[in-house]
Amino acid sequence: MSINIKIKKGFDINLKGKAEKKIAESPQPETFAIKPTDFPGITRPKLLVNEGDTVKAGTPVMFDKMMGGIMYCSPVSGEVVEIKRGAKRKILEVKILADKKVEYEEFKKYSVSDIANVSQEEAIETLKKSGVWPNIIQRPFGIVANPEDIPRSIFISTFDSHPLAPDYDFLFKDQEANFQAGVDILKKLTPGKIHVGLNGNAEVSKVFAHTKEVEIHKVTGKHPAGNVGTLIHYVDPINKGDMVWTLNPFGVIQIGKLFLEGKYDCEKIIALAGSEVRHPQYYKTYTGSCINKFVENNLTDEHTRYISGNVLTGEKISKDGYLGFYDHLITVIPEGDKFEMFGWLLPTFKKLSFHRALGLTSFLTPKKEYKLSTNTNGEKRAFVQTGMFERVTPLHVLPTYLIKAILAEDFDEMEELGIYEVIEEDLALCEFIDVSKHDVQKILREGIDLIKNS
Amino acid sequence: MEAIRKIIDKYKPNFEKGGKYERFYYVFEAFDTFLYAPDLTTPVKGAHIRDAIDMKRMMNTVIVSMLPCLLFGIYNVGYQHFLALGQDATFMEIVGVGLLKVLPIVVVSYATGLAIEFTFSTIRRHPVNEGFLVTGMLIPLVVPPTIPLWQVALATAFAVIIGKEVFGGTGMNILNVALTARAFLYFAYPQQISGEVWTYLGGGTPVDGYSGATPLAVAYETSSNNAGAVVDALAHTNTVLSADFYSFTNMFLGFIPGSIGETSTLMVILGALLLIGTGVGSWKVIVSVFMGAFAMGLLFNAISANAYMELPAHYHLVIGGLAFGAVFMASDPVTAAQTERGKWIYGFLIGVLTVIIRVFNPAYPEGIMLAILLMNVFAPLIDFYVVKGNKLKRLKRATV
Repeated sequence: MSINIKIKKGFDINLKGKAEKKIAESPQPETFAIKPTDFPGITRPKLLVNEGDTVKAGTPVMFDKMMGGIMYCSPVSGEVVEIKRGAKRKILEVKILADKKVEYEEFKKYSVSDIANVSQEEAIETLKKSGVWPNIIQRPFGIVANPEDIPRSIFISTFDSHPLAPDYDFLFKDQEANFQAGVDILKKLTPGKIHVGLNGNAEVSKVFAHTKEVEIHKVTGKHPAGNVGTLIHYVDPINKGDMVWTLNPFGVIQIGKLFLEGKYDCEKIIALAGSEVRHPQYYKTYTGSCINKFVENNLTDEHTRYISGNVLTGEKISKDGYLGFYDHLITVIPEGDKFEMFGWLLPTFKKLSFHRALGLTSFLTPKKEYKLSTNTNGEKRAFVQTGMFERVTPLHVLPTYLIKAILAEDFDEMEELGIYEVIEEDLALCEFIDVSKHDVQKILREGIDLIKNS
Repeated sequence: MEAIRKIIDKYKPNFEKGGKYERFYYVFEAFDTFLYAPDLTTPVKGAHIRDAIDMKRMMNTVIVSMLPCLLFGIYNVGYQHFLALGQDATFMEIVGVGLLKVLPIVVVSYATGLAIEFTFSTIRRHPVNEGFLVTGMLIPLVVPPTIPLWQVALATAFAVIIGKEVFGGTGMNILNVALTARAFLYFAYPQQISGEVWTYLGGGTPVDGYSGATPLAVAYETSSNNAGAVVDALAHTNTVLSADFYSFTNMFLGFIPGSIGETSTLMVILGALLLIGTGVGSWKVIVSVFMGAFAMGLLFNAISANAYMELPAHYHLVIGGLAFGAVFMASDPVTAAQTERGKWIYGFLIGVLTVIIRVFNPAYPEGIMLAILLMNVFAPLIDFYVVKGNKLKRLKRATV
């Protein structure tokens, strides 16, 4: 049964520097990397390659000792040039110097009609060894799914409502067949349904709207309309003991390609956006690419922050850093490490606010695009203002109470208040609007870890 | 501008860890962040951009919303002074007397409270919170103009230490801090906060027929003496000062004796509009207090067992401190109910209790203070059940 979901709560952050819908001519980056830190829940990554080894696209590079069998594979072919480690020899990056032309590990090919006959075991085995499995994320906790679990249903949100988010219809143009094949494979993994969320704010998607064998739901409203957590909450909410899986459309398409073409294809289109980018547009590259080539000579200011992902949930990387496994966006915004005289008092027309306290004028110009820096615009305080988190969270959870329960490490409260329903991105807006400047997402992850490990 | 920044940066290392005045870091920081919004940036992972609002701006909004009440209060103190003495005075004279009485109270309140805040921030090593900037303004507005300054200092100290700091500072307190100060005065020094204290006479002799009783006191006296309708009694009080002294309109406008900032319902509404318009104050709490008081007034009208009960319900909204309490005290987010449904219940019960206390309790002519303090204590209980409703909803869903 298809549901029309209209969410009233939420907040759209309108930033300067949206990517223009064209793919830039740009040389491919020389190096690519796999970062174990991209995968929440991975506890003991174990390397399968050494520096100097040559790999193909789809060659296993590492796996998680705690969850054997799931391979994390090289996105391109080439030579492993560096294994970067941090404190306590923690693996941070496995860097691969790419060949000019990508060579692929060969996996078994299926025709469209064959796919229907693939058994569940065969499907899982192929997904695990080929490198596409980490696309499957388990809820609760937002971690890479365990192949031994059976999810109640699978959710795919086909649009991204985050600030400066790339347009998925542009990213995945002409991939209908691959998407359908991916869905057909996923269908074998769950006794339940596959739910697909469509953007109700835009035209009907050519890529996703005609997918068969799925439940299609329309989500209309402000951000976080595009979050898969929002979709789950309205369609088939998670309680204690429940489990569903989620995928980004890219993962579904990658799975489809794996079965139709027999290769682990990491080619993806990404957006480069943000107020500091001279020509914000799209680039064709591979998972884990070094961002250096894209941002070089393409910025209006050098004192900037490079973010893999969006400004609400992304991760700060260096100028020579690597795109995260799940990301389709590089955002570049100014660093805000500046003092501002009477910054708390004077009226401001340049800063965005969800609130309307004296001097905040942004609510008068909802269409305006803002150039925001990384300044926190204030110091940390105890919780004072109430009822604000609830106004940007379209779920029936009470974020303020949940966060307080986590701070108090009260396990029962966390469970009862719905910690199973949320991951960081679902409460990212709370962090943005918080008057008291709490690191809401960090606190939430600590709570999730507490529950997960209890 | 750069020069000031340079000076601050020059002295900053002395206050940082390992510096000579490390102990006083938070005092230094308070001044630094007052002058300059800090250069803090967002963490490596999470939201990289943050809303333009912060606690300082929010508290500043509350302070500005209290200004109409303060300015009117200053004028009214002088106005009542000359009115009671039967003297004509120019605007400047009126404001002069008002300033002379009100400013010292404001100064003492802020000085005492901030001194304690800074002391605690140094001892307990936490940042100086902006909350007291609001409290420090609220306290002068809820005391009579004739209050001795040492009592203001004592009450402020009591409220900040016992009402707030022992719980961990701003955001942790259970009772509204300003009301704690008011309650302290009320029970510790009843003589200076009840009876003929509401008009500053300055040693002069009031005109014949003058009464220093507030509308609440008139209502109570009339009712307990069975001396006819309260409205009539109000109409006949202080007619020597002006013909319609205790008329509904005059009480709404606020040209009557009372605590410094509470008399004018009009000015309170101005402040409320700012608080509600900016979203800083919860409209749910504010509106529901008025609704509760009005509903209870109507109910009493229906019962009408004594003269006080027969007082038209809308009078309850303009006499005493109900409006001021509803807008500036009940809506304090820290001590109010924190769930949206809870806010309705909390506010409504404050209104109801205020009118009940007014009508039934002979010892406390003003009900709003005790009503809010009582509901402050009950707010967590209300929230507990609202949150429980949320939890149950989640559980119910599981069995479907």
